[in-house]
Amino acid sequence: MADQNEILAGLAEIVNEETGVEVEDVQLEKSFTEDLDIDSISMMTIVVNAEEKFGVTIPDEEVKNLKTVGDAVNFIANA
Amino acid sequence: MPTLKQAEPNRYSRILGYGSARGDLDVTNHDIAGPIDSSDEWIVQRTGIKTRHRASENLSITDLAVAAAKDALANSGIIGEDLDAVIVATVTHPHATPSLAALVADGVGSKAPAYDISAACAGFCYAVAQADALVKAGTAQNVLVIGVEKLSDFIDNTERTISFLLGDGAGAAVVGPSETPGIGPTVWGSDGANWEAVGMSHSILEIRNRDFVTHPVEEGEKIWPTLRQDGQKVFRWAVWEMAKVAQQALDAAGITAEDLGAFVPHQANMRIIDQMVKTLKLPDTVLVGRNIECAGNTSAASVPLAVDALLDEHPELSGKLALQIGFGAGLVFAAQVVVLP
Repeated sequence: MADQNEILAGLAEIVNEETGVEVEDVQLEKSFTEDLDIDSISMMTIVVNAEEKFGVTIPDEEVKNLKTVGDAVNFIANA
Repeated sequence: MPTLKQAEPNRYSRILGYGSARGDLDVTNHDIAGPIDSSDEWIVQRTGIKTRHRASENLSITDLAVAAAKDALANSGIIGEDLDAVIVATVTHPHATPSLAALVADGVGSKAPAYDISAACAGFCYAVAQADALVKAGTAQNVLVIGVEKLSDFIDNTERTISFLLGDGAGAAVVGPSETPGIGPTVWGSDGANWEAVGMSHSILEIRNRDFVTHPVEEGEKIWPTLRQDGQKVFRWAVWEMAKVAQQALDAAGITAEDLGAFVPHQANMRIIDQMVKTLKLPDTVLVGRNIECAGNTSAASVPLAVDALLDEHPELSGKLALQIGFGAGLVFAAQVVVLP
């Protein structure tokens, strides 16, 4: 499994492609909704693209727990 | 023992014509944003909907269905007496029985067999699949199919998951025999494990008994079934699972996306449509049904309304191929490639 930095970099690319948020603004402590202004539909698109990129499964129920970029990175790292 | 005589099958079927009827009110985002603490900007950004057609109290679901049916019959050069079956797809006819289809058949001067089906936003494509099979089997020659909803009767103006998306309308088509293949194989199915992802808030029995597990009712409170959804779950299923189904319908018809003139998905949300187009990698030459912008989500009516709007706007699509796909509460889905009339 990729290390945290690789996952963060990959996730930042996905977020950038979906929302236009700058790659360097996608940091571990940032909240998807509060800081990055990502809505629920974009979040789902990011989740599906992350599943494909990292070869993991992120169930619908789990998406609600992914509040920050760090939450998503940790989930992917441990999946 | 004598051999049973059989109906003569038709080798092929096609859609002879589409028709439509819209609600008589234009309801803007400004009109509905207040009770959900929202704004025109938020609704447009999340859904692509700017306004939706809804029907006033004076315009019933039967009126909408009959108007669309007459339009489709006129566009097909068929009269009511020529019909051999009438199928109505709806989830908002307020009687479990008798059917809306019987009223519609009567409304267009037909005594043909008539029945309703419940397949929510996939209803029209389900009805086309049935009509196609009836015609090919020789059970019927001309079948009238209608997707109709008066969803505004089943919404809660303060509810934030789905009500603000919804509109009223009817779309219809006549399916008849053809010299050449006009309807590809339907790819359809269900996923009842996700029955609760989208649907009515309560059953009729819960309302009779006022026995609400999830929404306890205050004494004297007005109660009524209204639509709800788990938006994120439905979005994921609608885009990525339905893109696979759309591809399967292309494969089943033996064509590729490059062969299409139009792609008409259920008009649920512009973001779903955009993401499906991206996931399917549709070439720019394919026109995409996007009348959700002014029609809202009209469930069973959305696909035929969007096809009819595209045909009005682009008459050059006549004779070209369209992939139509419906998906919704059940969960259920159906997709087929058709030759546009």
